[in-house]
Amino acid sequence: MLKTYTFPKFEYRPAAARSDGSVERRSVAVIGAGPVGLSTALDLAQRGVPVVVLDDNDTVSVGSRALCYAKRTLEVWDRLGVAQRMVDKGVQWKLGKVFRDRDLVYGFDLLPETGHRMPAMINLQQYYLEEYLVDACLRTGLVELRWKHRVTGLAQTDEQAVLEVETPDGAHRLEADWVVACDGANSDVRRMVGAEFGGQFFQDRFLIADVLMKADFPTERWFWFDPPFHRGQSVLLHREADNVWRIDFQLGWDADPEEEKKPERVIPRIQAMLGPEVEFDLEWVSVYQFACRRIDRFRHGRVLFAGDAAHQVSPFGARGANSGVQDGDNLAWKLQLVLDGAAPASLLDSYHDERAHAADDNLLNSTRSTDFITPKSRASRVLRDAVLELAEHEPFARKLVNSGRLSMPTPYLHSPLNTPDEADFEGGMRPGTNCADAPVLQDGRPAWLLAALPAGFTVLVFGARPPQTEVRAGRVAARIVSVGDDLGDAQGLVARRYDGRPGTVYLIRPDHHVAARWRAFDAARVEAAIARACGH
Amino acid sequence: MKLVHDPNIPDPDGFYEELIASLRDLDDARAERFQAKLLLVLANHVGDREVLREAIAVARRGL
Repeated sequence: MLKTYTFPKFEYRPAAARSDGSVERRSVAVIGAGPVGLSTALDLAQRGVPVVVLDDNDTVSVGSRALCYAKRTLEVWDRLGVAQRMVDKGVQWKLGKVFRDRDLVYGFDLLPETGHRMPAMINLQQYYLEEYLVDACLRTGLVELRWKHRVTGLAQTDEQAVLEVETPDGAHRLEADWVVACDGANSDVRRMVGAEFGGQFFQDRFLIADVLMKADFPTERWFWFDPPFHRGQSVLLHREADNVWRIDFQLGWDADPEEEKKPERVIPRIQAMLGPEVEFDLEWVSVYQFACRRIDRFRHGRVLFAGDAAHQVSPFGARGANSGVQDGDNLAWKLQLVLDGAAPASLLDSYHDERAHAADDNLLNSTRSTDFITPKSRASRVLRDAVLELAEHEPFARKLVNSGRLSMPTPYLHSPLNTPDEADFEGGMRPGTNCADAPVLQDGRPAWLLAALPAGFTVLVFGARPPQTEVRAGRVAARIVSVGDDLGDAQGLVARRYDGRPGTVYLIRPDHHVAARWRAFDAARVEAAIARACGH
Repeated sequence: MKLVHDPNIPDPDGFYEELIASLRDLDDARAERFQAKLLLVLANHVGDREVLREAIAVARRGL
């Protein structure tokens, strides 16, 4: 039991018995009610797809789990209508400091630019996040949360997946058109489909302590290499909600995980860091080791893997939960189009193309950070220490210091869904990139660009709008929104961020990524680009 | 081939002497630190990734 949080107990409801012996059939079954499963379910429900979520537990996550949520992830949650509650409860930050011994080596600012609705980063304990997502899922009326439902078997045909589900009232079967496996790094579903989950284990252990205290550290990410209070190792400090602080002590490979978890071992470490006069209580303590791994394919027939079930990274960089939520962001609209018969099932292969590419990017960054924090040989440690020593007076070396490169969205620049540019554009909004936010005026009132976009595809036109209100491609319609007629470019930032000189047209996907762009409106080209973005 | 392989240091004997002299009062651990720092400073000065890659390959020969 925590001092700052009471865990909710969600009600287990037995699956309705079917007197005729038929098997229950659902469009989508999500396995795992963590941040990724719940976000994906919420996204699907908001697109009109009913979802059943199966979870083997009946409460939110326990222990020191995900903590830092990046701007792009918050933008996804804002699209789903849940971000504000998280931002209000969470702790906002954008500054990081890296120390070596007693000295500040360098500092960084994650978001030196204003004009974005969402902050660069918030810290929020995972249990709050899940609680808010559960509330939001229930409000849709389309998400059925089944607690104490454990998936024990899975079989697939061309038409469906059949799940064996164990509950306190016995076992039953459930058929689903599609299964989204969000059952974490130790995914049972991954084993059931026989997927490979290869990668690298790091020979190091870390003590993670969530500590309740009144402390006067600023709300920044502080990272120490070789501090006087924990010689030869690294320490990471983050502020959480409710005056809880997360302290992450590197222990080395030889540390005994059971011994290190004991309060009589943990408390002196924290006292050495804070000084004897600071009072604190332990909320949670655990010892972790890390791996960087990825599933072979994100799609195995009718089963789609998301979050830690598909990829596992080290925590330095906050790339785990963030990239998992971005998986769901990518998947939900594609599943909806396929279920509606508006896109071929092969559109789901682009989920692998785009998110495996993102996972590889995250794994690369995570592996590089871990290699810097945990040098694998004496020689690489000498080089690492040389970088840190030089960084105190040489600006070039600060760029080499790697205490974790914090989560940034990976653009899908080589996605088959993109229509390549035919004209020259300035700035970063290349096809495959997530859309930058910017302040706008909507009906004369201050609003935000991303929040003003419709739920499906958008044709964003700079300047006068063409006569029609939408462009259709098959069964998919893209609504035309004009920057000028519909939205005011309050500070000129939309035009600047999108290089939106008059006449410019963007095709924006339902997950707020650029699919195509042109310098003039041409309905036939837009139609072709929509078809391409739908996998036709 | 962008890396300079031909002699490029004026007064090579003088340079080598200077390099050795900078190590003279250092124990092995400090000398290692010094060499790592010097490597990083010079690599940054070069900057060109292609040159650096070639230099890494030259240094790896025979190892």
